[in-house]
Amino acid sequence: MSPRRETPMVPDAEFRSYYGLPVINPPVWEEREIAGYIFLGGLAGASSAMAAGAALTGRPGLARAAKLASALAMTGSMGALVKDLGKPSRFYNMLRTFKPTSPMSVGSWILAGFAPAAFIAAGTDLTGRFPRTGTAATLGAAVLGPAVSTYTAVLLADTAVPAWREGWRELPPLFAGSSLAAAAGVGLAAAPAGQSGPAVGMAVIGAAVELTASARLESATGLAGQAYSAPEAARLLRAGRVLTAAGAGGALAARLLGSGGRARPFRRRSIGALSRASGAALILASACTRFGVFRGGMASARDPQYTVVPQRARLDSGSAGGGQAGAGHPHVAAAPGHAGAVQVGE
Amino acid sequence: MGFFTDTSICIGCKACEVACKEWNQVPEDGLNFTGMSYDNTQGLGADTWRHVAFIEQPRRLGAQQVDLHHEGDGQFRWLMSSDVCKHCTQAGCLDVCPTGALFRTEFGTVVVQEDVCNGCGYCIPACPFGVIDQRKGDGRAWKCTLCYDRLKADMEPACAKACPTKSIQFGPLEELRTRAAGRVEELHQRGVSEARLYGHDPDDGVGGAGAMFLLLDEPEVYGLPPDPVVSTRQLPDMWRRAAVSALGLAGAVAVAFLGTRR
Ligand code: SF4
Repeated sequence: MSPRRETPMVPDAEFRSYYGLPVINPPVWEEREIAGYIFLGGLAGASSAMAAGAALTGRPGLARAAKLASALAMTGSMGALVKDLGKPSRFYNMLRTFKPTSPMSVGSWILAGFAPAAFIAAGTDLTGRFPRTGTAATLGAAVLGPAVSTYTAVLLADTAVPAWREGWRELPPLFAGSSLAAAAGVGLAAAPAGQSGPAVGMAVIGAAVELTASARLESATGLAGQAYSAPEAARLLRAGRVLTAAGAGGALAARLLGSGGRARPFRRRSIGALSRASGAALILASACTRFGVFRGGMASARDPQYTVVPQRARLDSGSAGGGQAGAGHPHVAAAPGHAGAVQVGE
Repeated sequence: MGFFTDTSICIGCKACEVACKEWNQVPEDGLNFTGMSYDNTQGLGADTWRHVAFIEQPRRLGAQQVDLHHEGDGQFRWLMSSDVCKHCTQAGCLDVCPTGALFRTEFGTVVVQEDVCNGCGYCIPACPFGVIDQRKGDGRAWKCTLCYDRLKADMEPACAKACPTKSIQFGPLEELRTRAAGRVEELHQRGVSEARLYGHDPDDGVGGAGAMFLLLDEPEVYGLPPDPVVSTRQLPDMWRRAAVSALGLAGAVAVAFLGTRR
């Protein structure tokens, strides 16, 4: 048995290929940089939205934690992006032009607006200077933040990578939910206990959306979705789901236990610890989910069956790609007649 | 302008691969021995702009005499095909390029401007054919230019020029389409019923390719996607979906704050 397929969860569909080589060229993106960027960007975007909510409702502690997390995550994101390009000066070429057909171009412009706003929001909060500029920056970052969190779903979907492309419906809500949960995690882990209430609501909504979208990503995307059960991806996605559920559950439990009168100091401390641990779990969950999605896509790019089988099925059912934009997920059982085909070089 | 590659008369000499490398000064792409018939190049990439595929099949080619081979019933055929960038009418690589480095030339071809390319790598997974790739150590994306410099000087691309059998033909697409259709017809009449065209249809998923092929088996056997569709066709739907999700995110934050008692 080859080491790559010790537990073949996915029975190989019948298909033909050129010596089993991939049809598309798999992305050359480094996992740490790009999946890391997608995770951090999501966290930053949703944190900025949370920061504005906190500032507007008089929760300065939560607002500060959110602004700092957003600025830190942005620093990490930009670092990762520049590292992936090779030279910092190359980033400027991104802003040479604006191309709506390129999610990366659109994203660069969103980032060009968002990152300075996030930095100014954090800087003014810390120093206490220029409060009005600070408020404007906080609101600006909150407006752009949700776009920072979700555009990366389009970045992945707008490729020939089967597991991402076929997941174009599921990835945006998945990333939105995962970002919400991560930002909620920041609030729970870092804000003063009395102010983190709204983070619990964000955690619960985010977790619900993330878990639903994640399940659909694997079940509703035909053969391509099965790439997510490649061991290296499945492990992370499973960890993401468990941590998400645990984090949201823990946050909710801490909230319920903490409400209702004055608790004893020991009990109060335990509740605080539970809340903080839940926050950490949610942040980790978001990272696991994004890295899992990245790996599922890579697995689908490396194995030609994910490219060939659905396309062949489309052809054989007479609905070739030409006019069929958005034709949904074709049924991907391999057509009979290929079963006995001459398989070369296998 | 574009290519018509008639694989039925390809003899697998790799003159196109060599001519391409020489003319375009493409670096060495690895000295490998793959055991995949006569193919040690494996596929297109940053340093391989023409690639000759070799496929061995226990099958008869047209009216071929089959008593030359010892094993089985003696049927044997060798498929050879020189692959290249398709210069898609709707090119995924060009659509997603954030810098404008990839552009459409006056000949309708798709070319990378290396001084603008910033090495983001987005074009690579955007190509449904696995053509463009990143050059190691350089970080930028490279692929066939359809000899942009030669076209400007009124010369045909190096590969077409070097091909000794005219398996690679260069010309205006309309003319090539007619020629290709005629050739399939001819082969069918001669009993090669498996002959088919690939990339010739302007209504296909990439709006028609600037490099079309006459194949003798299904495209996937040659490593080509059977029904490629440029991903940007769905981009408006994708943006809509992302916008709704972003609004949902903002709404969820608002609900969380409004719904929480102090
Ligand atoms: S085949 Fe690939 S590299 Fe060539 S134009 Fe089409 S998308 Fe671009």
